[in-house]
Amino acid sequence: MNSEAKVKTTQVQTKKRRKSKSLDKKKAKMGWIFVLPFVLVFLLVYVPILIDSINYSFHEIVILPGGGFDLDFVGWDNYSYALFENPDFVQTLTTGIQQLVFDIPAIVIFSLFMAILLNQKMSGRTFFRAVFFVPVILSTGIISSIEQQNNAMVSDLMGDGMALEDMDEGASQGVEVISAMDVQALFANMKVGTELVDYVVSIVNNIYGIINRSGVQMLIFLAGLQSISPAIYESCTVEGATAWETFWKITFPMISPMILVNAVYTVIDAFTSSTNSVMTFISNVAAETNGDVRSSAMSWMYFLIVMLIISVVSAVMSAYVFYQRRD
Amino acid sequence: MNNMQADKNIKVKRGGKDVKISVDFEGKMSFGERLKLRIMSSFFLTKVVWTIFRLVLLLGISYVILLPFITKIAGSFMSIDDFLDVTVNLIPKYPTFDTYKYIFVENKYLEALTNTAILSGLCAVVQMMTCAVIGYGLSKFKFRGNKIVFICVILTMIIPHQTLQTSMFMKFRYFDIYGIYEFIYETFGLEALYVKNVAATKIWQYPYFNLINTYWPLAILSIGGLAFKNGLYIFMMRQFYKGVPDELEEAAYVDGSGVLRTFVQIILPLSVPMMITIFLFAFSWQWTDSFYTNFFFTQEGMYLMPDIVKIPQTLNKAAATMVNSGEYFSAINNTCGLMILLPLLIMYCFCQKYLVQGIERSGIVG
Repeated sequence: MNSEAKVKTTQVQTKKRRKSKSLDKKKAKMGWIFVLPFVLVFLLVYVPILIDSINYSFHEIVILPGGGFDLDFVGWDNYSYALFENPDFVQTLTTGIQQLVFDIPAIVIFSLFMAILLNQKMSGRTFFRAVFFVPVILSTGIISSIEQQNNAMVSDLMGDGMALEDMDEGASQGVEVISAMDVQALFANMKVGTELVDYVVSIVNNIYGIINRSGVQMLIFLAGLQSISPAIYESCTVEGATAWETFWKITFPMISPMILVNAVYTVIDAFTSSTNSVMTFISNVAAETNGDVRSSAMSWMYFLIVMLIISVVSAVMSAYVFYQRRD
Repeated sequence: MNNMQADKNIKVKRGGKDVKISVDFEGKMSFGERLKLRIMSSFFLTKVVWTIFRLVLLLGISYVILLPFITKIAGSFMSIDDFLDVTVNLIPKYPTFDTYKYIFVENKYLEALTNTAILSGLCAVVQMMTCAVIGYGLSKFKFRGNKIVFICVILTMIIPHQTLQTSMFMKFRYFDIYGIYEFIYETFGLEALYVKNVAATKIWQYPYFNLINTYWPLAILSIGGLAFKNGLYIFMMRQFYKGVPDELEEAAYVDGSGVLRTFVQIILPLSVPMMITIFLFAFSWQWTDSFYTNFFFTQEGMYLMPDIVKIPQTLNKAAATMVNSGEYFSAINNTCGLMILLPLLIMYCFCQKYLVQGIERSGIVG
């Protein structure tokens, strides 16, 4: 009798478990329906494009007059051309990557600082927020392309090829906030290397570009700051911690996942933006050599290098990132 | 009450009875007060200094952000005489609306505006919906392959579209899915049918679809959540839905609501601020995008906003006698840029509140 009852209850339990499992499975199947549009288009359109792009980098495209195109297999020629024959590619690549590596800390620190400022209660906060997020909406492809056009036009009219390279990134407005001399005078007594001085000067002079590119990062940091519970800050002030201590002990660890996200986002954003010097170089190559796909090989190389940077950055930073709760 | 009165009595007694003690007591108090005052004042001072520092910094950076727009706006009202006059710096002496007028009339601003508005509006709405759906699927369902799909989303975000430029153009110029269409075409001998139709519709060309100059490329990419920066939107939606408590949906399931109904009736209304943010991003980034529109649409096929950036003929003639016309022409180009951005600016003024709100509520956690 007793044992029978036990068996029955276990049966009921297994039934229940089975039922809940099937419900979960059903729910999981619904998940596929939700992501279906992405998966379908990804598999049917995007993956072929991706494969084609890799494929093209080993080929030469010949567009047939009747409509349609033909591919000539050339092996690693496109890659060796980019690396060894093209005089400018390697140089552009190294300076571009150098720029990228220098820009990451500048943008992340600047946007964190600004997000903290904008998070504080003060009069005119709405106004400042509205102004600071203007670049997110407005500074995109078209304005920079107009500026490039203008620069080209002005330099054409000047007759001499006034250096275009220091005018990209929308810095053409020429907001030279401070000169190198001022900063050097400031740093003269601090006994820091000249590299650091040059770095700071370049950041300050490129402040327009940095502000323009740190809009989304600021938003992400703001969201992160909002998600820190005010109770922690309250207990800190009760315990008598200064604002400095509170920042390093509370805000910084709590915001560290966002720093990782932003560092990666900054790399991606800088890398995919059309104003990027390497990208402009590549698209110029694409425009010059009509129908040629050497640019494809170049951009794949660039992509691999940037992936390397992203993985290094995320590997190094994730060691120091603090997660409040681990799932 | 009683206790307090007793305390007061003790104090009074102390002060009144023994003079020495009262003096000591008062001295202590005043010292403490002084100390307190000093701390308070230094606190106050740092606060004042900080506030001023903050204000100056914020104003300075706002100035840096707004300066290009201000100079462009100033330049847009200048006439040729202003550019010849050396003393004119920011405020034009001979203000004119001619630049706006000729861009509006000769560069066919209205046509570009309506075309771009329709295109961006459709794209933004579709992208907003698909990103919400995909983000919900990725965040709330633990199906097998969830992580792989998410990695694919991140991958689409990372791979720059410039890398795929050539192959994407080729794909949509000669559109075919894994050669299925070509296969059908050749096995069933549809050639005769298509030869007739080539003249009628440009899309049906031997033996592929030509989707350039149609809405299809952007529509396909938008529906799949693969268009410009859509990976970011999906990521944002996913993080937002992760913050929505599961109990909400469980309650709905218990009450007998299906998954789809729960999504439409309970989850979607919740995510309106976030969706407005994404709409804003998608709309404005599509609006100012010249990369996709340049190679999906030729100028003859669809007249869009980037195409209005050119010097109107009348102004070009007027500037023919100018010695240094570069500055004037760049001012005209900048005016074109301003006119492109104007609708966005108006929209931003209304939606700016939601932008910050949506992001703040999202609680993006890495």
